[in-house]
Order: sequence, then structure tokens, then C-alpha cells
Amino acid sequence: MTQILKREEVVAARGVRITFGAVKALDGADLVIHAGECVGLVGHNGAGKSTIVNVINGGLTPHEGSLTYGGRDERGISAARANGVRCVFQELSLCPNLTVNENARIMHADLKGWNWRSRALSLVKTQLQEIFPGHAIDCDSTIDDLSIAERQMVEIAISFAGTDKKPKLVILDEPTSSLDAGLAAQLMAYIRKFVTEGGSVLLISHILGEILSTSSRIVVMKDGRVVADRAAGDFNTHSLVEAMGNVVREQEFSRKTTRKTGTPALSMPPRRGHGLAFEAHRGELIGLAGLGGHGQTEALLDLYLGRNSNWWPTAAKEIAFVAGDRSLNGTFPLWSILKNLSIASLGQLSSRKMIDDGREQALGESWKKRIEIRTPDMGNRILSLSGGNQQKVLFARALATTASIVLMDDPMRGVDIGTKQEVYEILRSEAASGRTFIWYSTEMDEIRLCDRVYVFREGAIVAELVGEDITEKNVLAASFSEGAAA
Amino acid sequence: MKISSGTIRLIIPAASLALLLAAVFYMQPRAMSYTGLNLLFNLAVPIALATIAQMLIMSVNDLDLSMGTFVSFCACVAATVLQTSPVLGVLIFIGAILAYAAIGVVIHMRELPSIVVTLGMSFVWGGLAVLILPSPGGTAPTWARWVMTAKPPLVPMAIVASIVIAAVTHYIVMRSSFGVLMRGVGGNNRSVERAGWSVLGLRAATYALAGFFAILSGIALVGLTTSADANIALRYTLLSIAGVILGGGEFVGGKVSPIGAVIGALTLTLAGSFLSFMRISPDWQIGAQGAILIVVLALRLALNRLEKREKSQ
Amino acid sequence: MNLRRQFVEKPWIWSFAATIIVWITTVLFTGGASSFGLSQAALTFAAFSVIVGIGQMFVITLGPGNIDLSVPATMTLSGTLALKLMDVQDGMILVGLLASIAIGLIIGIGNYILIKLLRIPPIIATLSMSFIVQSVAIWSNRGLRIKPPETLAEFATSGLFGIPNVALVALVLSGLAWLMLEKSIYGRWISAIGQSTFAARMAGIPVDGTRLVTYMLCAVLASVCGYLLASFSGGAALNMGSEYLLMSIAVVVIGGTAVAGGNSNIPGIWGASLFMFLVVSMLNTYGFGAGFRLILTGLIIIAVILLAGGRQSLR
Repeated sequence: MTQILKREEVVAARGVRITFGAVKALDGADLVIHAGECVGLVGHNGAGKSTIVNVINGGLTPHEGSLTYGGRDERGISAARANGVRCVFQELSLCPNLTVNENARIMHADLKGWNWRSRALSLVKTQLQEIFPGHAIDCDSTIDDLSIAERQMVEIAISFAGTDKKPKLVILDEPTSSLDAGLAAQLMAYIRKFVTEGGSVLLISHILGEILSTSSRIVVMKDGRVVADRAAGDFNTHSLVEAMGNVVREQEFSRKTTRKTGTPALSMPPRRGHGLAFEAHRGELIGLAGLGGHGQTEALLDLYLGRNSNWWPTAAKEIAFVAGDRSLNGTFPLWSILKNLSIASLGQLSSRKMIDDGREQALGESWKKRIEIRTPDMGNRILSLSGGNQQKVLFARALATTASIVLMDDPMRGVDIGTKQEVYEILRSEAASGRTFIWYSTEMDEIRLCDRVYVFREGAIVAELVGEDITEKNVLAASFSEGAAA
Repeated sequence: MKISSGTIRLIIPAASLALLLAAVFYMQPRAMSYTGLNLLFNLAVPIALATIAQMLIMSVNDLDLSMGTFVSFCACVAATVLQTSPVLGVLIFIGAILAYAAIGVVIHMRELPSIVVTLGMSFVWGGLAVLILPSPGGTAPTWARWVMTAKPPLVPMAIVASIVIAAVTHYIVMRSSFGVLMRGVGGNNRSVERAGWSVLGLRAATYALAGFFAILSGIALVGLTTSADANIALRYTLLSIAGVILGGGEFVGGKVSPIGAVIGALTLTLAGSFLSFMRISPDWQIGAQGAILIVVLALRLALNRLEKREKSQ
Repeated sequence: MNLRRQFVEKPWIWSFAATIIVWITTVLFTGGASSFGLSQAALTFAAFSVIVGIGQMFVITLGPGNIDLSVPATMTLSGTLALKLMDVQDGMILVGLLASIAIGLIIGIGNYILIKLLRIPPIIATLSMSFIVQSVAIWSNRGLRIKPPETLAEFATSGLFGIPNVALVALVLSGLAWLMLEKSIYGRWISAIGQSTFAARMAGIPVDGTRLVTYMLCAVLASVCGYLLASFSGGAALNMGSEYLLMSIAVVVIGGTAVAGGNSNIPGIWGASLFMFLVVSMLNTYGFGAGFRLILTGLIIIAVILLAGGRQSLR
């Protein structure tokens, strides 16, 4: 232990606080990475993993706390790059229309001058060979022509490569998400080698086997704070899952513990050809859990688009959708609150395809009262509302329809706790009156409100939890695969 | 050996050009000669240059609706000012290039849709052209005339020029560092920005370069026609877009090919001759061009689907 | 304060204010003698821009990338075929109108088939379509200039209470379009699609169906305009639509419709159309040539788009 502490600090974030509106993304988190170590970073959704990564790579400036690279206080993306910090993002950040070596040219500004092409080529080739010996990637091909796994390999290789100076810290955010076991093992072996040569790595992965076998130290985050920071040898799969979870809270609500039977209101065969099938019965509140981005949203979209014509207006709506990313696929920013609310139920509000203003006003007023939208006038622009109130409007949009099934795509992200409680109340009463809710949520508290929960991992449903089995521990255990210890 | 998608994208344009050429030769064997080829492809040179200019704009995910009027404007300048006082003419062209760079800056900074800004510019260029040359006339500079009517041995000028244009722009767009960065902006401008480059500067430079090629197009056009008028190249807006698309380029994603663009321009020019050889009445010539465009796009869609299916297997 | 808010919320006020200023300056310059004739001419020519402009506006409202370049070809074809069909007989006037509406419907459907089936951007789909339509027009025209039926020509060139009949037609069509846009479900749908296609789909709007109807509507308005224009000018000419390609887009932009989609504005189209015509005649009376006129038009378009700002356009 003392050995590690004496090593040079590559990057140190201390007491970092970051808030997005009402949400504390980081609440005084410390993360210090020394030369020659691999730090594993784990935590459930919203624990603050990606936020702290963004702080370290210069993308976010902390509202409070200190950030130093090699002991010097510097800020910004270029400062981070100059200090040898590289980041492999979860979403692909290569230019898909360019070849492998051209992408290397963009990432490494010093590859200039005559013959940069062959130098870039040999740089990537050697690096790829070093990390993934025996790979079959043609470095002259366009990124578009590579498989997803190959793209990920290329991006990793470009990040580890250095023209004159090697990178000091490489941040890998779910680097093995599309690599097979063999390639993942090669990568983990390379990380260990890179670390013994004095480099450092910050590794984020949902495969705990990788974390345990590769990291020298493991940092566990929860609610924007670091809750455990110990040598990897002190953990095992079980204790890691335990460290991520909350202390068990009292259950302050009742739910249906009996499994419903009969013909389901909604069903879907197993996704990607494996895992469990999906079924929903009338009046059920079903949760979709698991780590973010493991196929829950896609499942909701399939359910929705399969039951909704793109060509003809549907006479009676049977299914409604509440968006999670408000700005991307929820609100219509040019419109008033009222128009945003009524758009899905115009059919009921009009006679002979012409909208009846009076009926629309009445609908607006009744929902304004019912869910307490805090505005003096429903004719105000939707963007004049706070995020939480905008979200309430989106809920009202779905609930105001005649649909008997409501799909929800993590709608409570970034909403304050008061609004959340109000919405939970509405959900429970609507479910009691026979509506079915399918609720994808990244928050454990919400998952625990559901009658039944499907846990997603890598695009498929891997577990079904009912009633008392819906505990944080069970959900975590299902969303993190143990993985072959590489 | 796997064929890259870039090569596949070139196959259809090249094949359709070869097919058209074969059909023309079959119907009119006399076309298979030095003068015949020169006649067939003569008008292709300015179109190819304008297509290259449009392609540069499209490589950063924009579209230039002022291409036709701008080329007309350049032709008018070349036939008047450039001929009488070359220094002033060159200065005007430099000013035009700067204007193009400025358009790029404005579009980037204010996040404006390029279609509308260039639509406005098309009125401006058209107006300037009318001011410079109110009625058809002017004379081409002797050197432009000489270049365009030169008779190199063995291969006609039009072919030589097309090959030179294709080679030079292929180097700039596909091989040089600048070309890589420019296409990078079209492909994923966030990652270019993240790596520390100025996307604003890149877009301005791309627009300036496009302006430069459009100017060359105007000069080449005047060299062929010997005189100019303010509406001489209005068709070029649509022809240049169609040429890029025929040549395998795409509207978004930085997927462009200079060689393909030149081939696309040649195909469009040849299609006109082909249709007249086919004895298709001139009434249907424009329509047949539209039909060719649709057929090529349909073929490409089919090919893309095939490729995708292969990849997913 | 209240006045300022009115101006910000109703961008069409600008185009009307500009129109009035230009009208007054022109009338003052000519000593008031021409005010009636000028207003008549302005209303007549603005009417044609308004009719095609409304169609183009519906399409542009659908959001970034949506544009119909087949408008001029559609106008030409409809004018040509309708006149040919009517063959100077008064009894065929209605048949001719129906035929031109049918032509518009077919072209609109064709446009959307290309957009959807070939998955090509509307700009290139409608362009290819316009090539074909233009050819059909050339083929059917054969250089012959057929006169419109006398009653129809009389109708198109005369007026009621001093207002040209074509302007009245345009006014009625604008009224219907306004009703559709502001009061009907369809209007809400195209606005929603223009703001966010994905959000519209997730709100249960049949996106493809709505877009198809919009492209059809645009083509029908263009062909009705062609029918009227051919009757007004005593016969169809092959280039009769060409000036309306850029004009239809320009009046939409100047009229304050959001180029990024989702927000449309019918009064603005009237303001912009009148303004465009009056600027031309003002410059003419001051003795400026076509060159200045064009440059000024271009600068106005750019100034309007710069002022309207693209920040909310968010591609």
C-alpha cells in the first residue's frame, strides 16, 4: 500500500461537487489515480461514474473541489489531453466515413508532414498487434466497413498509441461491451502490461470479473460519492455487489405479490433470440431494470412502434408513450403547455377533424389541477416550465389519452423528489383503475415500486423478479454479469 | 481481399458511364474518334468543376443552392473584367472566395440552414452578374480559350482535363491532411472538435476551396462558349447536386468521392448525347435525365441493402 | 412593451410594415398617379406567389430538409394540360380545373413515393420528379400556344370591386389554409412533425401519412396556380413556372415561417409576396435595373434569416 502512495499522481480530483439543476451528480467525490495502477470504477446507474470521468477528461468543470494533473491545477479538454489523459467513450467517437489511419490522423495532431499516412498506419498497426495479437483488421479500410467489435478495437488502439509520448492515463468506459471473451481477455492482459510499464488506466465495466482480475484498486461509487476505495484483492463479486447497494430501506408501500395469469395485455418474444419473454397483464406496474443502455429503451420502442401505424391515424389509441429525454423526443419546444398536453388526444377533442377549442381548454384545466402543473397560464410556452413540470405535462399527455397501456422511458431522470412523489401517487391510482404501466427506470427506488421487474443485460431479459424478490441486491446481481475472470 | 465500401460506391457510377459510352459507340460508331469524343465530352469540364465545388460543400453536410448563379457570375467576370483588366479580375475572384469563406463562417456560427443562406446568395450573385453583363456578350480571355480548345495528342482535351481534375481533387480531398479533417467534420464533427481542431476554420476553408473550383468552372465555361451571359450556368445548381449523387456521394456523413463526382458529371453530359442518338425526341431528354437519376439511386439503395445484409450475417 | 411583444410574436407584421413603406415611397415618387394601378398589379402578381408559397410553406413546416423543387414543373404541366383539355371551350372550364387538381395529386404522390421508397432527401426526389414532369409538359405542349376559354381568361384578368379575381381566389385559399393550420388536427400534426419527427411519432401521429398529404397539398396548390397563371397570361408557356421556384421559398422565409420547421405563418406570405413585387416596381420607378433588384432580394433573405436566428433550429 505505501508503495502505491509514493507513486506520482497522474490526476487527482478531490472533493468534487457537480449539480445539474436539482440533481447532485457528484457530491464531494475523491478520485486520485497514480502512475502504474489500474483503477476499477463500479457503481449503479446515476452513481456518478460518467460524471467523474467527464471531470477528469476536462469536459466538465467542477462547481466545487480541486482537480490537478500531475500536481498542477489546469482545466479544459486540451489541458487534459496535454497531460496525457485519453478517453475511450462508450459511444463510438470515430469518424465512420474515414479509414483507420485517417482517424488516427485526426486524433493525433502531431502526425503531420510528408508521409503521415504510412506513419499513422504503422502506428495503429503496431498498437493493434500489441493489444490484440492475431487480429484481422485491415487498417486501410473505412470504419463503416468494420464490425462493431473491430471499431471498438481500433478506437482502443488509437487511444493507447502514442507518437512521441505515450499516454499517461487511458480511461476505458465499458471497453468490452462489444468484444467477445477472447478479445476482452487480450485487452485485459494488455492493460496489466501497460500498468506495469508505468501507465495508468481507469476501467469502467459491468463485468465484475474483469474489474476484479485486472484492477489493482477498486473504487465503488454511490449517489455521487465514493463509498469504498480498496485494493482489488479485498473484494470479491459478492462484496462488490454489496458495496454498490444501499442499506435496505423499509418498504412503505404495498404491492401485488401474486403473479397475474390469463392472456397478457402485451407480450413480446425473447429479445435477440435468448433470455426471457416479456408479458404484461392488465393493471400491472412492470419495471424494466438493469444498467442504462442495455436494451430497455429499444424494447419499449419495439413495443410501441409495432402497435402504431405510421400511415393512418389510429381510431382508438391503445398504447401511449412517455419520453425520458424530454428535449430529444418529448416536448414540442415551439408550443404552449396546452398544445403539448393535448397533442396525443386530439381525436377526442375534435369534431370532423377540427379541434374544439373549448374542449381542449377544459382538458388542460382539468389536468392542470389534477397533476398540479405550476403555471399561471396553460397558454405559456412549455419551455417556461421547470424540468419537473415539463415532465408532468408529458405524463398528462399520455394519461389524457384513452390508452390502456402506458410505456415510460426513464421519465423521472433529473426530476426533483417532490414531483416524483406526486407522479408515483398518480401511477398507483391509475394502475389500480386498470391501466398497465411498463416502466423503464434507472433508479432503484422506482424499480422497487413495481409489481414485477424484468432485468436487462446486453439487450436481453436475463431475470424476472416478482414481489418481495425485487430488491436492490437481486437487481444488481442480475445486471452485473460475473464474467469469466480474464 | 475485401472490397472497401468506397470502391463499391464507385462501381455503379463507373459502370453506368461505361454502359452509356458503349451504347453511344454502338449507335454512332463515328463517335469513337478523337473529335467525336471531344464533342461528346466538351461541355463536361465546367460541369465537372462545378460538381467538385458542390461536393466540397456537401462533404461538410451542407448544400449550395447558389452554385449555378455563382458560376454564371464568374463566367461574366471572366468574359469582361478578367479579359480587359486581369488584375482587377483576379481581385474580384479573390473577393468572391473570401465571400464564400464568410458564408461558411456565418452558417457555422449562427447554425443556419445552408440551403436558405445560399438561396439568398443566389439572388446576390445573379444580380451582380446582371450588373457586370446586362446583355449577353463579352469575350473569353485568350488563354482560357486556348486551354479549352487545345488539342493534345492522342486524347482529346476534355478527357485530359477531366482526368487532371479528378487526380488533383482526389489528392486534396482523399489524401491530404486537410481533406481528412474536412471529411471528418462531415462524419463526426464532435470527435474532430474533441481532438482539438477548429471546426469553424475547417468549414470556412472548405467553402473557400469550393468557391475556387466554382471560379475555375466559370472560366472554363467561358473558354468553351467564348462569350457569357448572366444566365449561362443556372442549370449548374441542379446538375452539380445530381452529379455528386450520381458519383456515389451522399448528402450527409462526409461520404464523397471526387473521382465519382467527375464521373457523375461526365455521365450527365453523356446522357444528353446518348438520348439524342437514341432518337428520343428532345422533349423527353430532361425527363430521361430525371429517370436516369432515379434508376441510379434505386440501384444504389439495392446495393446498400445487399451490403448491409452481408455485414449483419 | 406590449407592442414590442406583439412584434416578436407576430413576425409577419414586419413584412407588412415593409410593404406599406415601399408602397408609400413608390406612390410618392410617382406623384400618387399610379397608386390604384400599382395596388392592382401588386395584388395580382402577389396572388400567384401566395398560392405556391402556401404549398411550399406546408412542406417547409415539416422540418429541416423538406422542400419541394417540383413546383415550377408542376405549374407548367398543369397549365399546359388544362388548357389543352379545355380547348378554348367554356363548358370545359370545370373539367380543366379538376384535371389540374388531379395532376397535382399524382405528382405529390409521386414525390413522396420517391422520398419514401428510395430514401432520398426530398430535395433530390422532387428534383428528379420535376425533370420528368417538365418533359411531359414539353411533350404535350409541342410549342403550340392554346388560348384559355374566353370566360376563364375574362375571369382571371378582371376583378370584383376593384380587387383582382385571382387575388380573391388566393384570399379564399389562404383562409382555408389558415383554418387547416390553426384549427384542424392536421395543422397540429405537421407542426409537431416539424418540431421533432421522433417526438411526433411517439405521440401517436401517423408521420408518413401526414407527410404524404402535405406533399400532395403542395403539388395541388402549385397546379391550381399554374392553371390560373396560364389563364391569366393568355396561354401556357414552358418557362412560366421557373421564376416561382426561388420565389416560393423566398416568400416563405421572408414571411416569417421558421426555416427549421414547426412554425408557419400565412399572413406573412401575403406580406412577403406583396413586398417582393413592390420592391421590384419601386426599383423600376427609381430606374434601378434587374441587377440591383436581385441583389437586394438576396440581401433581404439573408438579413431575415440572420435576424430570425438559427439558434433554435437545432438541425
